[in-house]
Amino acid sequence: MNSFPFAFFDEGSKREIRRATLKAIAIPGYQVPFASREMPIARGWGTGGLQLTLSLIGKDDVLKVIDQGSDESVNAVNIKKFICKTTNVELTEDTAKASMIQSRHRIPEMPLREDQVLILQVPIPEPLRYIEPSEMETKKLHSENEYSGAWLMLFEQIVKFGQITSGADHPVCVHHRYVMAPSPIPRFDNAKLDHSKALILFGAGREKKVYAIPPYTSVVSLAFDDLPFQVENFEGMVCRICGSSDVYMDELMDQDGKVTYQCNDTSHCYEKSQRGER
Amino acid sequence: MIFHDQALLKAVNINKSFGQGCIQCKNKETHILKKNYCPVCGTIYACRDVSLEIYPGEILGLVGESGSGKSTLLDIFYFDTPADDGELFFQHWEEGKDNILDLSSQQKRCIRNRLLGKVYQNPLHGLKMDFSAISNVVEKLIAAGQRNVKQMETGGNEFLDHVNIPFFRRKDVPKNFSGGMQQRVQIAKALSNQPSLLLLDEVTTGLDLSVQASVLDLIKHIQRVFKVSMLIVSHDLRVVRMLAERMIVMLDGKIVEQGLTDQILEDPQHAYTQQLVYSLL
Repeated sequence: MNSFPFAFFDEGSKREIRRATLKAIAIPGYQVPFASREMPIARGWGTGGLQLTLSLIGKDDVLKVIDQGSDESVNAVNIKKFICKTTNVELTEDTAKASMIQSRHRIPEMPLREDQVLILQVPIPEPLRYIEPSEMETKKLHSENEYSGAWLMLFEQIVKFGQITSGADHPVCVHHRYVMAPSPIPRFDNAKLDHSKALILFGAGREKKVYAIPPYTSVVSLAFDDLPFQVENFEGMVCRICGSSDVYMDELMDQDGKVTYQCNDTSHCYEKSQRGER
Repeated sequence: MIFHDQALLKAVNINKSFGQGCIQCKNKETHILKKNYCPVCGTIYACRDVSLEIYPGEILGLVGESGSGKSTLLDIFYFDTPADDGELFFQHWEEGKDNILDLSSQQKRCIRNRLLGKVYQNPLHGLKMDFSAISNVVEKLIAAGQRNVKQMETGGNEFLDHVNIPFFRRKDVPKNFSGGMQQRVQIAKALSNQPSLLLLDEVTTGLDLSVQASVLDLIKHIQRVFKVSMLIVSHDLRVVRMLAERMIVMLDGKIVEQGLTDQILEDPQHAYTQQLVYSLL
């Protein structure tokens, strides 16, 4: 691996990605196009997040990678191995210890701090894509602050199902201006974006876009006046391992059809159960 | 710009061409067109110095053959296409002082969402075919800033009542509707934000006669109930005769004749209008 520069990229590539990242931080929620690099993993497998991580990581960073709440799923392990081989940084599963967290589809349960950076992998960065397939048109819609399409999608769900049914990626309005796709995190995690102490970056490698929520930025989930925004309901569900009840749960069903629940965030669950034993 | 006669919409010398233009057709003296295009470079002059006024509460008919610039003019009024030059004044925007063609795209969007409604010739352009009929109507309300589901549902249903879309089909997608029904959903959508001007582009073209009659009835009814001004584009003189008090005849991008509908149909002055009227009989 000595033939690779630190963090895989040449300095020019890092510069390009950092430049896009700075612009993204300067315009909260705005999708900044960038020259997405060819990566040793396929597009759609976290190349956007990976490029952000590689362009920002330093020798003293402590890295945590999660995939749908798990530190040990294939995607997370592969990305971790790759970054570790090219940078030799310290890896951790402990959210509190990490200085950089790359994640797919979840935000850790533990509140993040100012000295941490959360990087989310994004498949479809454009919240209006379903309504308007043309990139040229959606750019115009953003510039004209015309977001009736995003609202219309929510209204259509209400017409069809009597409630808002977006399971993940529920659109948010950032800093009272840009409507943004928060990546496919569950609605449960949307609240964690609002006035987050940590910098949150979003990278879409295939779609070649970077966007950001700077620390302490207002993030409001779209909702109608008479139908307030609701998160997934986990009332009465308790984690079978650690006993948590105020977190995002996975539903598990055994052979006999018996249903149990378990924390989706594995490191949170592990920590909590360790503490419980003491 | 001051309105002496309080026109709702006033267009002054609107020009629109498609193409680069060449030395010959750009020069006023050598500007010789074959019909509406330059025989040298092929540039199409779709609207040439078009000026017109629409007054509050009236229905103005706009007739002319295919390619005479009717639809282009409507596109310009609805900001679907930018005009090359010309001025457009709208009484309900800054009391008609500003040329609304010079506004920013955000302001144009605002006028379009709140003050105008348009029914397209092809429902594909006016409707989202994969969204339910009620959502299509509500889209215009959302665009105009409404955020209350109950109110929007009630409002949307009210307008769909007006255009006789049966209740049990309102959650269906317009893709599965007949042409006449699609056209009626479009009318409901265009009306839903209570615009002061409704632009109708060949609404009855392609519909069978009985459906045509019911759509025309509906338009007449809407004008009586909502007192909305309308600009109706059609190449069918019968439609204009039935609906419009005043009409304008366009040929090759120019207005060749305008006046009271009855007068023009009884005593056409321009050769083209004469031909048009005779071919009607």
